[in-house]
Amino acid sequence: MTARLLRVAKITPLSPLVTRFRFECPEGGTLPLFSGGAHVVVEMPDGGLLRRNAYSLISDPMDGSGYEIAVRREDAGRGGSRFMHSRVAEGDTLRIGAPVNLFSLDLRARKHVLIAGGIGITPFLAQLRQLIRLQLPFELHYAARSRAEAAGLALLPDLPQVHAHISDEGNRMDLGAILAGQPLGTHVYTCGPEGLIDAVAETATRLGWPRGALHSEAFLSPPPGAAFQVRLARSGKTITVAPHQSLLEALEEAQVDAPWLCRGGACGQCETVVLSCKGRIEHHDHFLTDAEKASQTRIMPCVSRFQGEDLTLDR
Amino acid sequence: MPPTAFTPSIPSRPVYPGLVSRGATPALMLADAEGALALADLAASDPAVMDRAHLIYIPAGSDHGARLQALRPAQFHQAPSFATALPRLRKALADAHMGTVLYLAGTEGLIGQGLAEALAAGLPADAIQSEHRGSIARRMQCVHCKGVTEDVTTDPFTCSHCGLTLFVRDHYSRRLAAFQGVCVDAEAPGDIPETQEIRP
Repeated sequence: MTARLLRVAKITPLSPLVTRFRFECPEGGTLPLFSGGAHVVVEMPDGGLLRRNAYSLISDPMDGSGYEIAVRREDAGRGGSRFMHSRVAEGDTLRIGAPVNLFSLDLRARKHVLIAGGIGITPFLAQLRQLIRLQLPFELHYAARSRAEAAGLALLPDLPQVHAHISDEGNRMDLGAILAGQPLGTHVYTCGPEGLIDAVAETATRLGWPRGALHSEAFLSPPPGAAFQVRLARSGKTITVAPHQSLLEALEEAQVDAPWLCRGGACGQCETVVLSCKGRIEHHDHFLTDAEKASQTRIMPCVSRFQGEDLTLDR
Repeated sequence: MPPTAFTPSIPSRPVYPGLVSRGATPALMLADAEGALALADLAASDPAVMDRAHLIYIPAGSDHGARLQALRPAQFHQAPSFATALPRLRKALADAHMGTVLYLAGTEGLIGQGLAEALAAGLPADAIQSEHRGSIARRMQCVHCKGVTEDVTTDPFTCSHCGLTLFVRDHYSRRLAAFQGVCVDAEAPGDIPETQEIRP
């Protein structure tokens, strides 16, 4: 993983819970450009723990002078967003990975419909810049509970294709109205809570949309659970995964070489062979098929956990 | 006449998995000749598929028009050839929205040309279904003069544009909706293999 030390150039509060961080090269050089929808993994040295969280880039993909992310503070979360909000100051340096895009625009589309719920607006902020630069037809629908919580509003361009749906102003998003009557060749992209992604998929399917025109990204962080033990056949170790730790983080803590990319159960890079399993794997990823999950022969250590007597991995 | 079973071939050779109803969604249906029977079977499996269907039929010497009309599609139009059906197909595609399904049934030339038109109009490939019925004649493009010869039933055949004797390949162009025909006697002029009927 090619990560580099970047300086925190500017911290801007966008809403009571959401803060924007801008990273720049300490030596003043330019950073690699990216494409709308890309994310970076931010490394956070938190005491003895090295946290790695993925955040969508929200700045202009064609601007290499810096990378910007927006972080929503999750007080009930595992601590990464709290670390960003309380421990990071302007002038600090953090290790940031190279941009990776698992949620890019499908440029074969005739029109792009972007649907965001809450903090799910982040990947679309960069995609909007790309769509506007390429002069492609699009519309964006941004749903939030209240105007005060809608951190993205200040960052959205003032364009007729940009629609804000604020539920406490009686302006809830009507997915049926958005998806009915779209021209041939339209693709729809959803980012937000699982409930929104499922609702878009359901509405689109009811209206006869083919699956290939639907794209989504859930912001999945490793869910907590009960502590469990894992035996590692190749390295001959037995490790314990703590309740608020992911299996991948436990592997890294034990200095066991384990590949990763998205750290959110989407990309498949960390897929690991299960050599024996007496118990039940709690699959939380979006990568393995239902049949693969049921067979309990593969696990995605970035988000999945285990309950039972014995889990032995080929690591 | 049942759906045609083709011999497995190279990946570029199109396959026609058959029509499966997607229910009473807006639908475009394009069929020629015996393709009418595939639409009749589709309607028999789910009569609701006709509720919002715009059906365009090219009889091409057969007489299934009345039978299709009796299935009561929302719109029915009969055209004497693909060329005369094309303006209506293009207009219907231009007016269509996401959620529209295209059902293609009949000969390879019709399915291929309907598919190329629909893809060019932006209809996603996974919204298009096809079923082959009837003649296995091929629409062939001469790779030398680029002329297209319709209804080729023998291998080799004579290019209707430049007159070369062409070998019938399974190599297919989705953009042109045609198989590729290559000069069979380029190395030894006049050395032409015996003419055979094309098999499925």
